[in-house]
Amino acid sequence: MTDATPIIEATNLDKFYGTFHALKDVSLSVHPGQKLVICGPSGSGKSTLIRCFNGLEWHNSGRLVIDGTEVHEHAKEIRALRQEVGMVFQQFNLFPHLTVLENLTIGPMKVRKISRAQAEETARKYLDRVHIPEQADKYPAQLSGGQQQRVAIARSLCMETRIMLFDEPTSALDPEMINEVLDVMVELAETGMTMVVVTHEMGFARKVADTMVFMEDGQIVEVSPPETFFTNPESERCRLFLDQILEH
Amino acid sequence: MSVTDTSLFKGAPLPKPPPVQRFFGSTLVSVALYLGIIGVIVWGSFTGAQNMGYNWQWYRVPQYLYSFTDDGFQAGELLIGLAATIQLSLTAFVLACLLGLLVALLRLSGLVIGSAVAVGFLEFIRNIPLLVLLYLFYYVLGPIFGFDRYTASILTLAVFHSALISEILRAGILAVDRGQWEAAKSIGMSPGQTYRYIILPQSVRFMLPPMTGEVVHLIKSSAIVSVIAVAELTTFGRNIISDTYMSFEIWFTVAMVYMAVTLILSVGVSYLERRYAVDQ
Repeated sequence: MTDATPIIEATNLDKFYGTFHALKDVSLSVHPGQKLVICGPSGSGKSTLIRCFNGLEWHNSGRLVIDGTEVHEHAKEIRALRQEVGMVFQQFNLFPHLTVLENLTIGPMKVRKISRAQAEETARKYLDRVHIPEQADKYPAQLSGGQQQRVAIARSLCMETRIMLFDEPTSALDPEMINEVLDVMVELAETGMTMVVVTHEMGFARKVADTMVFMEDGQIVEVSPPETFFTNPESERCRLFLDQILEH
Repeated sequence: MSVTDTSLFKGAPLPKPPPVQRFFGSTLVSVALYLGIIGVIVWGSFTGAQNMGYNWQWYRVPQYLYSFTDDGFQAGELLIGLAATIQLSLTAFVLACLLGLLVALLRLSGLVIGSAVAVGFLEFIRNIPLLVLLYLFYYVLGPIFGFDRYTASILTLAVFHSALISEILRAGILAVDRGQWEAAKSIGMSPGQTYRYIILPQSVRFMLPPMTGEVVHLIKSSAIVSVIAVAELTTFGRNIISDTYMSFEIWFTVAMVYMAVTLILSVGVSYLERRYAVDQ
């Protein structure tokens, strides 16, 4: 089900914050259409890793090739590349001074130079896709957390990105709103989008992921298909982690 | 909503504040005290002036503000001066904002040379008195670069206030959540686009109150250009006094005119702020 050439290929990435070694020799590849779920205890480098994938953080050594182009801190191509890689944040990060519709159209209009009419048409299509077409003219603060996160997903979709990164998209949500966001993400997965998701929602992972990644202390400890990952993980640390979060 | 019928409540009433606190806390006592203090000040200055034999001539003041002739309403010297003050302040403010934005962006640029230039400029301006800066522009830079006293005073005010305004702009920009930068980056915006469409529109909300203070400050400090005889409100007041010797009345009037302008400004902006707050 995966192509031969990976769309994201990280080779031996290392990343430091001052003296803190955040990523240790991380290698990982993501193929077009793949759904990768990354989990692990907090501080294990999951967020750092996916933030490297769209240039919000920079690796200090190693190679990172995205869509055939090698990227690093001083690469000129990074802005063009960011338009291909969408990101959904834990804290939504919607633009509070713009309406929902404006949040969705500002990227296509200013970055892709698409006409307002066309951008709005696309925006309404994706608002439909995330099931909140009626909220187009409201401001983000007037929406619930779950609705805001769905707008954030739609904002990324409006850029017609080829890869979507999710950085703990449901961690800041009230429990009753988690499912409406996960449902949208499941539907998105069904369209064939390439997704890299950092999450602790194991139900979602079981349903959507074709590859599970477990990270600890800045290292990738285990990469396996969900069937093996949940029933018979290779590493002891992964088994312990799963026991802890699946207990309840 | 206030409920006066305490019999509706099942719980025991809370103890009342002590009598002294209740006395000074009441509106009536506050107003009386306020009027009393103002009265003492006004009475004190009048009797003081009386004792030194000052001849009050308030009836001669209105003609310097306005008059009615056959041609209708005529602005007096003080109003013409006020118009000049506002024009001077407004021009200086616009220049100060542009210069301030440049300094703020230099400082935030992350370039060593950028922040060195910005910090050097800030420290230089902040640590010399406004009057000395004015003399520098008028007596030193004016002859060198060949500009007149009006330009010298506009440049002085603009440069002096740009230092303070750049700090307001910088604080406003930094007050915007870091996630906004990341979100803008992640949809492929350039730093310039991010400032223009995302960061600056949001920082206006943080900048509005200190910026109002800065405009008020600028209007007030514009009075200093009267020392190089630029035609504005304070200069006109001085000229009237040298003609009429009514120093008490004219200075009081000039003070009131400044106060009226700055108060109207402050009230106007706080109304704007409330309008702004609704959208957030």
